[in-house]
Amino acid sequence: MTPLDDLDRQLLRALQADAAQSAGALGRALGLSQPATWRRIKRLREADVLAGKRVDLDAEKLGFGVTVFLGVKLATKGRVSLEDFERAVTAIPEVQTVQHVLGLYDYRLRVVARDLSDFERVLRRRIMTLPGVGDVEANVLLSEERLPGPI
Amino acid sequence: MQADPDAPLSELAARAGLQPGTASRRLEKLSRQGILRGQRAEINWPALGYALEVSLRFTLDKTHSNAFDAFLAAARDIPEVIAIQTFLGRVDVRLSVVARDMADYQRLYRNRILTLPHISELEALMHVATIKSSETLPI
Repeated sequence: MTPLDDLDRQLLRALQADAAQSAGALGRALGLSQPATWRRIKRLREADVLAGKRVDLDAEKLGFGVTVFLGVKLATKGRVSLEDFERAVTAIPEVQTVQHVLGLYDYRLRVVARDLSDFERVLRRRIMTLPGVGDVEANVLLSEERLPGPI
Repeated sequence: MQADPDAPLSELAARAGLQPGTASRRLEKLSRQGILRGQRAEINWPALGYALEVSLRFTLDKTHSNAFDAFLAAARDIPEVIAIQTFLGRVDVRLSVVARDMADYQRLYRNRILTLPHISELEALMHVATIKSSETLPI
């Protein structure tokens, strides 16, 4: 585990909010020189604390009005291998995330669609036909906020 | 850009078959239109010692008119909560929480989660592995 000091924490919070900022701009905000800021970012990257950047797009403006989370239970565990299910589900472009979970469901999927009828098409033609798929529970996303977390 | 957010502008432009100047103007336009909202750094929580990630799914007691607001406000105060989502469906709210280990999770669960207001039902999904997390839009 990597020990963080207060400046690292502030740096991580600033990058979570806006990762496109230059090391110079970040440093000025934190009272650090540009090279010192850059060295800290490099260290956090090398320690794998900074896992990379994500582009934040307005899905609705791009025509994706619906995001649905699916809880999927496999019906035939053992017979169909998890790998078969995972390979098939990750190949669906509308499926943004696939998480293997422990609990009521086996997998948690985040699915985007243009609207509810488009979602129905994805669900019927792509999800329900996946190898080994059993119970599926759908919850339509209404709002989402990301928090900085324990740093 | 979705596939490789770290790529320099010159490379993005080359892949799209554009001059860097044109690519930069287009990105500026997408920002102005609010389509490109920005870039955020992803934190790798296990590298900071947070080995567990749990999805907590809540059904709230909606007989209280302010159940959602009170619950969400209290949830935002828990440092280990990294995301809050609200839903239409059987689940009302989902919290993503990170914890250092099982003992840490138990402390968090007892002291902070179970004390959240207006909980009617609660179930937990423990993350085993992330198979895909592109969160890219199929455009």
